[in-house]
Amino acid sequence: MVQLSSNFLLVSFFMFLAATIFFTVSITGKKFENRQGQLKNKAGLLGYISSVVAVVAAITYFILRWIAAGHAPVSNMFEYTTFLGIAMALAFVIIYPIYKNNYIGLITMPIVMLIIVYASMFPTEVQPLIPALQSIWLEIHVITVALGQGILAIGFVGGLLYLLRVIDFKKVTKKVIGVEFILFTIFCVVGYILFSISFGAMNYEATFDYINERGNEANMVYNKPPLVGPNEGVLTSDTGFNPLVSTPAIIVSNDLNTVIWSILGGLLLYGLLLLLFRKPIGGAIQPLLKNVNPRSVDELSYRAIAIGFPVFTLGGLIFAMIWAQIAWTRFWGWDPKEVWALITFLFYAAYLHLRLSKGWHGERSAWLCVIGFALIMFNLIFVNLVIAGLHSYAL
Amino acid sequence: MEKVKCECGHVNPYGTYLCESCGKPLIEEDDSLVNMRYEGVARRSQTYKKTIVDKIWNFFSSVKVGIWIIVILLLASALGTIFPQEMYIPPGENPTIFYEQEYGTLGKLYYQLGFHNLYSSWWYMLLIAALGVSLVICSLDRVVPLHRALKTQRVTRHTKFLEKQRFFATSEEAIENAEEVMQKAEKALREKKYKIYNENGNLLAEKGRFSRWGPYVNHIGIIIFLIGAMLRFFPEMYIDEYIWVRDGQETVIKGTDGEYFLRNDQFIIELYDEEDERFREALERTGSPVVQTYQTSATLLRRVDNGAVGLGTELEEVKQHDIRVNDPLTFDGFSLYQVDYKLNELSEFTFTLEAVQDEVEEDLSEIEFTVNLYEPEMVYEFDNGFRIEIMQYFPNYRMNDGVPETINRIPDNPRIIFEVFTPEMDPETDTGEISLIGVQVNEPLNEQINGENQYRIRMIGVDMNNVTALTVRRDRTLPILAVGGAIFMIGLIQGSYWYHRRLWIQNRNGVLWVAGHANKNWHGLEKDFDYVASKSQIPVPVDQLDKDMSDETESRND
Repeated sequence: MVQLSSNFLLVSFFMFLAATIFFTVSITGKKFENRQGQLKNKAGLLGYISSVVAVVAAITYFILRWIAAGHAPVSNMFEYTTFLGIAMALAFVIIYPIYKNNYIGLITMPIVMLIIVYASMFPTEVQPLIPALQSIWLEIHVITVALGQGILAIGFVGGLLYLLRVIDFKKVTKKVIGVEFILFTIFCVVGYILFSISFGAMNYEATFDYINERGNEANMVYNKPPLVGPNEGVLTSDTGFNPLVSTPAIIVSNDLNTVIWSILGGLLLYGLLLLLFRKPIGGAIQPLLKNVNPRSVDELSYRAIAIGFPVFTLGGLIFAMIWAQIAWTRFWGWDPKEVWALITFLFYAAYLHLRLSKGWHGERSAWLCVIGFALIMFNLIFVNLVIAGLHSYAL
Repeated sequence: MEKVKCECGHVNPYGTYLCESCGKPLIEEDDSLVNMRYEGVARRSQTYKKTIVDKIWNFFSSVKVGIWIIVILLLASALGTIFPQEMYIPPGENPTIFYEQEYGTLGKLYYQLGFHNLYSSWWYMLLIAALGVSLVICSLDRVVPLHRALKTQRVTRHTKFLEKQRFFATSEEAIENAEEVMQKAEKALREKKYKIYNENGNLLAEKGRFSRWGPYVNHIGIIIFLIGAMLRFFPEMYIDEYIWVRDGQETVIKGTDGEYFLRNDQFIIELYDEEDERFREALERTGSPVVQTYQTSATLLRRVDNGAVGLGTELEEVKQHDIRVNDPLTFDGFSLYQVDYKLNELSEFTFTLEAVQDEVEEDLSEIEFTVNLYEPEMVYEFDNGFRIEIMQYFPNYRMNDGVPETINRIPDNPRIIFEVFTPEMDPETDTGEISLIGVQVNEPLNEQINGENQYRIRMIGVDMNNVTALTVRRDRTLPILAVGGAIFMIGLIQGSYWYHRRLWIQNRNGVLWVAGHANKNWHGLEKDFDYVASKSQIPVPVDQLDKDMSDETESRND
């Protein structure tokens, strides 16, 4: 059953790929005359159908895995991140019919694919639930949060599209650097995935003896070639080489090593594209977007946030508090994850006030949407993996 | 403060931008669109600027100030997650050393600035209080005049009001069947569930006005929530206690004034079955067993008041419940949560007495006794005349400056000083053989007095017990928080998922004037206009902002 569910996820992935291709064609491809003599391009519709099929397949994965495991597949990094990707696609599928904007599909679909592949870099087997997670509130709380974040992510897509459309890429300004940085970050994720898959396929493993932060001897496994080594590390495996530098004991050096590989990957991809286009990547994309109506994209992104914000608040704060009261005896305990959920809430609250009362439309609103999504990702990745807390069982 | 009389005859409060009745702009601005925020009403904060109360009111009524409070709160909250808060550092660590030791100079600074208890610091509390004040004043400052303006709005609007709306069109010249068109438009709008108001052949279609109150409703919810959270600082509202209960034992539940007792029938820990197909792979990868259940089978008991004071307590069973993580035992506003446990706590020692040398004539085989480590009996007498007394008992022994003492009453490291009296001795006057006994410890103490001991107490058995730890919690603020949270959510949904839309269609001597306003979701308003136009041939309004797509107009309008 687990295998079957994974197959559905795979099908879903390829349908997202198909949707990406169709949306690309819908924008770059020629328009054809239909019988009524209207210029039409069916690719957008095909893209939407593909994305709907992909979401249906993904939901089938979700249900099958739920049945197989006995709990909703939202209990660890792989499962949650995958579901976040699915939620984002679902939000797109719901919003698309309102605005019929193929450009949103063009950006959403690759990001959904990236999120799902990123998720599969974490251990994917079905894990038993520890007692703290054995509650119906696991399903209620986590699914609602993911849906909320998925809808908010569409706001980010709208914001990014807006920026790519309106910013003047001819001169290198702070804004251009900002947009390029967003794209570079996405390339880093791609780099991380590519390196993880290639070294994973090689079963690469280098091990070190080192002195940990408590002054004890320990060993550490690297899954990527060690560019930075652990504190007083000594290579004990045949594979690998002596790293260029050693880190202080307080830094988890194999994680840092992975981060460095990701950045290198991002730089490589970015550099190649820069060589190819000989202008900022955003500037290379911009001509494709000349038919985007900025006001419509701006409204779409605001709409997504206005819809997603209550859902996120309900799941991430209200349901979270109810469950915390049942499982941890108190509804609020200033655990890092709780605090970052509150920060996300406050951020979007500030966004809504700025937009409604201070008239932050257009570009400023778009930047805020991007920052909001960065906060969501920060809370997912950094707070889970780096700032340990009560939620850190979630790996 | 002078009131402003509009040409339509309506008397507006001082500071009004748009006449509350006909909408004519009372303060002439450039030719940009009218500012529809809060319907152009006069707000207290903009009109009174005299006294200190006015100044405070004006300060907190500013949304800008509110947003700054939110942003500062956000940054402060983030600051508190850089290093763990004091409550999350490993138990037993001393914070004065921990932060520096673990995180170096930054950690030391973090501690010195008090960021290890950031969320209960006075300035964080002050920020939350400021947020509360800002919420109340911002809301009051806007909701009252907004309500009045929406209530007194007239159907017939001033032409200036109409032409400065974002969605606006006229038929330019008089059309013949204007009235018919108006009727068809009205019908189409009714189909779209608009409320229709007619006046002098003019028309106002409105829907979703109640969504305008959403923000104020959710702000009320937040205020109630904050009040609830504040109430927990009053002692009666909030009880947070901790009890340890040993297997098979009863203990009073703290915080219930001795009314309730809890018996721990059994505490168990279950591990996941490593053979379970579903989880085998995961369990193999981690290599360590995973706990499936922590459970205390508990019986709740209540003291029966039989009128006789001091005659011991009589308890009646109230209910039984298996307390697990995520499944507390709840009664009378209290909840008992499974939070900790201790396996294999020492509970009983069993001893015999034996002779150090073999030439003792007494039969010692009968001597076997058990000491309960929680409440030991102090004297053990045997048929053959032997008598063993406990001189001193240290449940959790340690030496403090050469003086033995006990840390607490929990038998983690029990030591007993025994005195052995042979049948010939008189316990009143004689001194028996004294020895100190514990786990792996057996020292004669009075060698110096009597020479070598003749008898030796030997431990032959140890009994252990499991102990469960439960948190006792009563939080009377929860209903208030729930009400606040619910109102907040209702307000949020009300304001987010419904939109206030208005369409004005006026017949001015056969010339049709059409304008529209939405507080959000202009896309939806546009679709409604398209629908009405498809049914009635009204002029289709254009988005006046689309005439000039640059960002400057956008921000000017807002």
